[in-house]
Amino acid sequence: MVGSSLPGPAPAPLFTWEKRLEPSRVMAVIVPVIAVILALGVGAIFLAATGFNPLKVYQSMLYGVIGSKYGLSETVVKAIPLMLAGLGVSVAFRMLLWNIGAEGQFYMGAFGASFVALTFPNLPAYIMLPAMFVAGIAMGGLWAVLPALPKARWGVNEVITTLMLNYVAILWVDYQVYGPWKDPKGFNFPLTAPFSKAAILPTIAGTRIHLGLIFALLAAIMLTIILWRTRWGYEIRVIGESPRAARYAGIKIERNIILVMLLSGALAGLAGMSEVAGITHRLQHGISPGYGYTAIIIAWLAKLHPATIILVSFLFSGLIVGGYSVQTSGVPAATVSMLQGAILFFVLGGEILTRYRLHFGRKEGK
Amino acid sequence: MRKGWRFILVLLLALMVAVAAAGCSGQKPAGNSQSGEKPAAGEQAKDEKFKVAFIYVGPVGDAGWTWAHDQGRKYLAEKLPWVDANTYMESVPEGADAERVLTELAEKGNKVIFATSFGYMDYVIKVAEKYPDVVFLHCSGYKTAKNVGTYFGAMEEPRYLSGMVAGKMTQSNILGYVAAHPIPEVIRGINAFTLGARSVNPNVKVKVVWTNTWYDPAAEKQAALRLLDAGADVIAQHQDTPGPQQAAQERGKYGIGYNSDMRQFAPNANLTSPIWNWGPYYVKTVEAVKNGTWKSEDYYGTMKDGIVDLGPFSDKVPQEVRDLVNQKKQEIIDGKFYVFQGPIKDQSGKVRVPEGQKMSHEDVLGFNWFVEGVEGEIPK
Repeated sequence: MVGSSLPGPAPAPLFTWEKRLEPSRVMAVIVPVIAVILALGVGAIFLAATGFNPLKVYQSMLYGVIGSKYGLSETVVKAIPLMLAGLGVSVAFRMLLWNIGAEGQFYMGAFGASFVALTFPNLPAYIMLPAMFVAGIAMGGLWAVLPALPKARWGVNEVITTLMLNYVAILWVDYQVYGPWKDPKGFNFPLTAPFSKAAILPTIAGTRIHLGLIFALLAAIMLTIILWRTRWGYEIRVIGESPRAARYAGIKIERNIILVMLLSGALAGLAGMSEVAGITHRLQHGISPGYGYTAIIIAWLAKLHPATIILVSFLFSGLIVGGYSVQTSGVPAATVSMLQGAILFFVLGGEILTRYRLHFGRKEGK
Repeated sequence: MRKGWRFILVLLLALMVAVAAAGCSGQKPAGNSQSGEKPAAGEQAKDEKFKVAFIYVGPVGDAGWTWAHDQGRKYLAEKLPWVDANTYMESVPEGADAERVLTELAEKGNKVIFATSFGYMDYVIKVAEKYPDVVFLHCSGYKTAKNVGTYFGAMEEPRYLSGMVAGKMTQSNILGYVAAHPIPEVIRGINAFTLGARSVNPNVKVKVVWTNTWYDPAAEKQAALRLLDAGADVIAQHQDTPGPQQAAQERGKYGIGYNSDMRQFAPNANLTSPIWNWGPYYVKTVEAVKNGTWKSEDYYGTMKDGIVDLGPFSDKVPQEVRDLVNQKKQEIIDGKFYVFQGPIKDQSGKVRVPEGQKMSHEDVLGFNWFVEGVEGEIPK
C-alpha cells in the first residue's frame, strides 16, 4: 500500500505534502547523506542478487579511492576538471541561465591552450603557462558568450544554443586532431604532438595532481566573494530569485547575462586548459569523457554552493575512480554505472523533502 | 520542526531495514557458493598463482573486438591452471584514465598485463617504466621497451579473403566499409579487402565512412545505413560490434563481420567474418614470461599461426565462391600468395608497388594511402 501524493480527494490519504515556506536546512544536509546510503543499500541488494558480495565490492571501491596514496591522488586529479566546470555552470544557474554548454567550453579551453602550446613551442614556461591560461579562459568564455548575446538581445533559448555549441566544439577539436594538428609521428591516430616541457603544469611530486587544483580552489573562493561580497554578486542573486524584481530595481539583466556567461564559460575553459596542460600534455580526440555534463549534476547536488561543489566533485570523482577499481573484483563496468545512477536517483528524488513537508495522517485544518 | 524530526526517524528506520536486508543477502553468495565461502583460504592460494590482467577498450559483451580478447583470456585461464586470469578492466577510455588503470593493475601484483587497444600505447610505455618487473603487452601499437612487447596479427589475410566473398556476392558493385579511426591498422584492412574484392571483380568500388570510434553500436549502424543509402549492397566493417551487420540485415543486404563469427547477430545478412583467435598467443606468451624466456618483441602472427582466420561461411555463400576462397586461403598459408604484392596502384592510379615486388613489413605497418578502388579520404 502506498499513500497517494498531492493534497487529494476522498479516502483519507496516508500522508500529504505541504510546501515549505523556506527550504529546510536540516533536510538539505541530511537528505543527500541518507540518499547516498540508501543508494548503496539498493546497490547492495542488486549486487547480492547478481552473485557478488556487496561488502567486498564497496570495500574495493573505497580502497581504490582512498586506500592508497596513489588512489587518493588520482581521485583529486579526476576531481579537478569537475570542480572547475561545476563552478562554471553553477554561477550561470544561479542567475537561472541554463548553461548546458560546459562540455563545449571545456573543449574550446583545451583548444585555446593547445593552440598556444603547439604554435609557440619554444616559449619559456613563465610565459607559456600564463599565455595558455589566458587562451584557455578566453576561448571558453568566448564559447559561452556566443549563445549569451542572442539570449540577452532576443531571448533566444540558451539551453538549445549552449547544447548545440557543444557538438560544434567537439567536432572542431576533432577536426584539428584528425587534420592540421595531427602528430606526424602519431601514425594517423587522433592526437597532437606532445607539448613541450614548458607547457606542462607543475605537479606534486610522485602524483598527477597539478596546479589546476589551486585554480579550482581559488575559483571557488573567488566565486564565494563575488556572490556574497560584491554588488555584482548581489545582482546575480536577485536576478536568480526574481527577474522582475531585479528589473524594477534597475538591474541590467542583459549585461549580466553576458558577463555571467563569460565567467561561466571561462571557468569551464580553464578546466579544459588544465586538463591538457596538466594531464594529457597534448590535445586528443575525446579529451573529456563528459566532464561538462557531470558538472551540471554536481552543481545541482551542491545546491550551487562553491564550497559544496568542491566536496561533491570529490564524491563524483571517487565514484568514477572507484568504479574502475571495482572491476578488479569482477564486477562489470555496467554495474558501476548503475550504482552511480542509483545515487543520483535517490539524491534528486530526496530533493523534494527539502522543499515539501510530509504530513502523516489527515492534513490539519481540512 | 518536530514533524521533520519524526520523519527523519522513519527514514533512519527504513535505512536500517535496508542495510540489514543488504547485509543478509550479502551473506548469501558467501554462504551458499563454495567459491564465495572460501575467500580467505582461496585468496591466499590465488596470491600464489601467476596473476595476469587485461584492459579492454569496450565492454566484454560487445560481441566483437573486446569479446574476442576476453575469449582469449578465458582460454588462457582454462589452459594454464596456475594462472589467475580473473582480472580484467572493461570500457577503459584511451586517455588519461588508462594510466591510472594500468598503474593499479601493476600495483595489485599482476605479472603480465595485456593492453588491448592502440590508444593505450603511450600510457603503457609510461607505466612500464615505473614497474620494470611487470611485463606489458600492447596490442596493435609500435612502441616497445625492455618490458613492453607488442602483438598483432596479419588481419589483412582474412580481410583479403572476405573481400573476395564480397566481390563475388555484390550486384551493385558498390561495397560499403564502416571504418573506425584512420590509422594504418584500419587502412591496411580496407586495402586488403579492396584488393581481394577487385581480384575477383575488377569493377568493384569500396566506399569508406569513418566513425572515429571503435565502439559505438548506434554510430556504427548509422554509418552502415548511410553506405546502404549510397548504393552499397555488402557492408564490411572495422568496428567492435555487429551494428553494421544489423543495418545490412534491416535493408535486406549482405554484410561481412569482423573480430568474431557474427552470423548469429544478422543471420540473413552476414556472409562471413575475419576473426581473431588470441587464446593460443596468450598461453604461449604467459608461459614464456613465467619460464623467463620471454623477450620484448613485435609479434605479428599470421593465418598460418592461427591468430587470424576467416570465420565460417553462411549458407548464402555458394559452393563455387567457397572453393575459390579456400583455395586462396591455402595459397596464403603455404606462403605462395602475399596480399600486398605488386602491382598495386593508389587511388590516383599511380603504381605504388611495382609488379614483382612485395611491400615491406614496415610499409604495411605504416600504411597511410588507399589502393585503387577505394572511395574515401584519409584525413591529412
